[in-house]
Amino acid sequence: MTKKDGFFQSEFFHNFVRSPGAMAGLVVVLFFLLMAVFGPLFTPQNPYDIGTLDLMDAYKPPVWMEGGDPAFVLGTDEQGRDMLSAIVYGSRISLFISMIVVVLSCIFGTVLGLTAGYFGGRLDSFLMRIVDIQLSFPAMLVALFIMAAFGRGFGKLVAALTIVGWVLYARTVRSSVLVEKKKEYVDAARLIGLSPFPIIVRHVLPNVLTPLIVIATIQVGTVILTEATLSYLGVGVPVTRPSLGLLVKNGYDVLFSGLWWSSVFPGMFIMLLVFGINLLGDFLRDEFNPRLK
Amino acid sequence: MLKYLVKRFFQTAVVLFVVSVIVFCVMSFTGDPVLMIVPPNATDAQIAEARIALGLDQPLWVQYKVFLFNLLKGDLGISYIFKRPALTLIVERMPATLELVFLSVLISVAVALPCGVFAGAWPNNPISRAIMGGSLLGISLPSFWVGILMIFYFAVEKGLLPSSGRGTTDTLFGIPFAFLTRDGFRHLILPAVTLALGTLAMLIRLIRAQIMEVLRQDFIKFARAKGVSWKSLLFGHALKNALVPVVTVFGMQIGSLIAFATVTETIFAWPGMGKLLVDSINTSDRPVIVAYLMIVAAMFVFINFIVDIVYTLIDPRIDLR
Amino acid sequence: MAELLLEVRNLRTYFELFRGTVKAVDGVSFTLEAGEILGIVGESGGGKSVTGFSLLGLIDPPGRIADGEVIFRGEDLLKKSAEEMRRIRGKEISMIFQDPMTSLNPLQTVGRQLDEMLALHTSLSASQRRNRAVELLTEVGIPNPADRLENYPHQFSGGMRQRVVIAIALAANPGLIIADEPTTALDVTVQAQILTLMENLVKKFGSSLILITHDLAVVSEMTHRVAVMYCGRIVEEGPTKELIRAPYHPYTMGLLESIPRMAGTRLPRLPQIPGMVPSLFDLPRGCSFEPRCPRATARCREEIPEMRRMTGNRRTACHNPQTAGKEAADYDR
Repeated sequence: MTKKDGFFQSEFFHNFVRSPGAMAGLVVVLFFLLMAVFGPLFTPQNPYDIGTLDLMDAYKPPVWMEGGDPAFVLGTDEQGRDMLSAIVYGSRISLFISMIVVVLSCIFGTVLGLTAGYFGGRLDSFLMRIVDIQLSFPAMLVALFIMAAFGRGFGKLVAALTIVGWVLYARTVRSSVLVEKKKEYVDAARLIGLSPFPIIVRHVLPNVLTPLIVIATIQVGTVILTEATLSYLGVGVPVTRPSLGLLVKNGYDVLFSGLWWSSVFPGMFIMLLVFGINLLGDFLRDEFNPRLK
Repeated sequence: MLKYLVKRFFQTAVVLFVVSVIVFCVMSFTGDPVLMIVPPNATDAQIAEARIALGLDQPLWVQYKVFLFNLLKGDLGISYIFKRPALTLIVERMPATLELVFLSVLISVAVALPCGVFAGAWPNNPISRAIMGGSLLGISLPSFWVGILMIFYFAVEKGLLPSSGRGTTDTLFGIPFAFLTRDGFRHLILPAVTLALGTLAMLIRLIRAQIMEVLRQDFIKFARAKGVSWKSLLFGHALKNALVPVVTVFGMQIGSLIAFATVTETIFAWPGMGKLLVDSINTSDRPVIVAYLMIVAAMFVFINFIVDIVYTLIDPRIDLR
Repeated sequence: MAELLLEVRNLRTYFELFRGTVKAVDGVSFTLEAGEILGIVGESGGGKSVTGFSLLGLIDPPGRIADGEVIFRGEDLLKKSAEEMRRIRGKEISMIFQDPMTSLNPLQTVGRQLDEMLALHTSLSASQRRNRAVELLTEVGIPNPADRLENYPHQFSGGMRQRVVIAIALAANPGLIIADEPTTALDVTVQAQILTLMENLVKKFGSSLILITHDLAVVSEMTHRVAVMYCGRIVEEGPTKELIRAPYHPYTMGLLESIPRMAGTRLPRLPQIPGMVPSLFDLPRGCSFEPRCPRATARCREEIPEMRRMTGNRRTACHNPQTAGKEAADYDR
């Protein structure tokens, strides 16, 4: 038996390349990331530039249908906007929002979880009470309420989704701090007059890293869905910068005039993206939770 | 038991109080309701008059006091749009939402229970893998898009089922319900299935995980050492233990169904309180939004309470104190 | 000579993991007579529990029984079908687990779990089963047995719970009981009571007992014979008294010397076996104990020692056993 080390020899990597789900998820996510970064270089149109739209191109079906135009692979909407271009730009927005939200939620959640767990007492019970109350309401409803009160817009959307997103991180970090606080080195540090806080942070962060990665991965997917839903309901992104969800809504308004492709395709991309992320998240969760093996 | 009920009642009151403060504050700091009520060509004097009439010239805490006392009297304000009490508007639409949610719950449980138990008991079976793949896809689906596909396929293309409205209703205990008539039930199917899909997928995953977790425990191995058959191991020992935590999450899921009913009702033009909320958001009808939130919060708290009771009934380790 | 109840021949139970094959049980052989109490002793990770579960056919993937025979009352259990094995479990061979806190179903009353065993393996009617359940609880020393049947496991203390587990294990009057560290999770004060109870009941019911433990002191008090396991193999086996008085294998010696003694202690600190149990992924080429062994020679590094017969009924697997008859240092019992 040989001793194995290095990432490419690790059990994690071994299982990853042998898991069709994880590999498929990775391919999908990479595809979307590349599309979000480089896509606009290749799209036939800039869908935000009204000047490039031509009403003569309106109502074109996808290229494989009768009357399709090779210039517009997935067809056009009622204003002559190329659906593929709109989807590329929309995916960018959806991914961008959800990634910012996840990073912010993770930072806020970790900081608040550390604070609550370390200082304990009233601050802790106050923060955890908020977490409990918030967790007893569906995230979608809380976000909907915030957006309804403050109106649509990118900053508000990111804020609303972060407000509903930080709680899980806070809870995970807090419980890890509580475990660390009981350990002997904390008493030892206090005895020699050191503040144990930096030491706890240094012990807690590596411990919570894996659960946080799992939560964050899965949250990227749920945030995309929540954002899409809010945008669909008309309280999400501004109309001038449609995300995938808003594209579906715009498409739905013309569904009954037979223009199915302008709502079906953007939704399909949402599903594909979230499915890819969930495949990855599922794999990570099983891999990092040894009890499930 | 009585002590527990009293304690729970106070907890409930605190939660609802916090929710009312948050809702009130957020609503007060955003937008000006006066501009919603006065005619567009109103003079400054008229606006100021309306402001006094609404009590908006008072300090915030006085306004909150008024809000709270009205709330306790069941007065949640008059809708700007419908010119009727907001509470009445919501209560009128509640049966439509509840029957939709109820049918979705039935569908979710009926599908998720056998699928989840199967996938948990035989995790390496190809059918289990298909169930798990399907459920992962299920939680990845945007529900509004599913609704659109349903409408497009079953209503527009095939003409099998109606895609909007509630159809004919019949009354039960004086309350109109769609599921009582054939036409109404046909209207109910598409929205209920759409709404159920996400919950169903989530429940399958949860039940499977619970079954697998329980099957790993010592008492299962001990039961096997007793010579208990696989079937009675699964249904006699594992199932009940696995379902105890599911009950808690299930309460949350009903809340989530009520929340997502807003989306489903909007797509299928189902005249429930969810659609009313979305319409009110689009028309900035603040009394209705506030009333919806307070009522839904009360419903959630009530559901949680029921869940706690059920929990204690099925788990002897929990003592009501 | 008493009737031979169980004969295990060359049992091998392997676990196929990513990092390689773990030979948790690697060529274990022993016999057990009717009414006999056998101790299996060793450090944790030595393959004792896996041996117990292998006898019952309760090895789950990634584990598998790779080879061997388990001959119980003349029939090889490893050749039985799953359904036949299920009928043997509980009725012919039952098991007591380490942690009484987790080995009972928390959502079922104790009575129901006891009744299940009786319903599975006896032909008693419901009311007869109830009477029998009360008798069994009385037998294991639980006060108010009729009332206690209606209680849930969490309403019992750890020791009482283990008594319930013992009652369940005895319910169908099995020929063999395997007890896997039955007292490890209990308070020290309760341990002795439970052990005495088990010893008496096994005698009364005429069962044989395999007592799996890491505690040689426990073994010395109640077993007839002992098998010492190290890294999946039996390194020494023999009648308890003789083995403890004069062990052949240096590992047994080490285990004995690390038992604290109340009286006549002269050593400033308790001796311990140097080094650690080697990784089961990476066993030494020769004798598994060689890296920790004070008597190791070049041969031990190269060649796995075979089990060989020593004086009387004793066997050991060692190239350089302690000379026969030499007393264990200071071990005065």
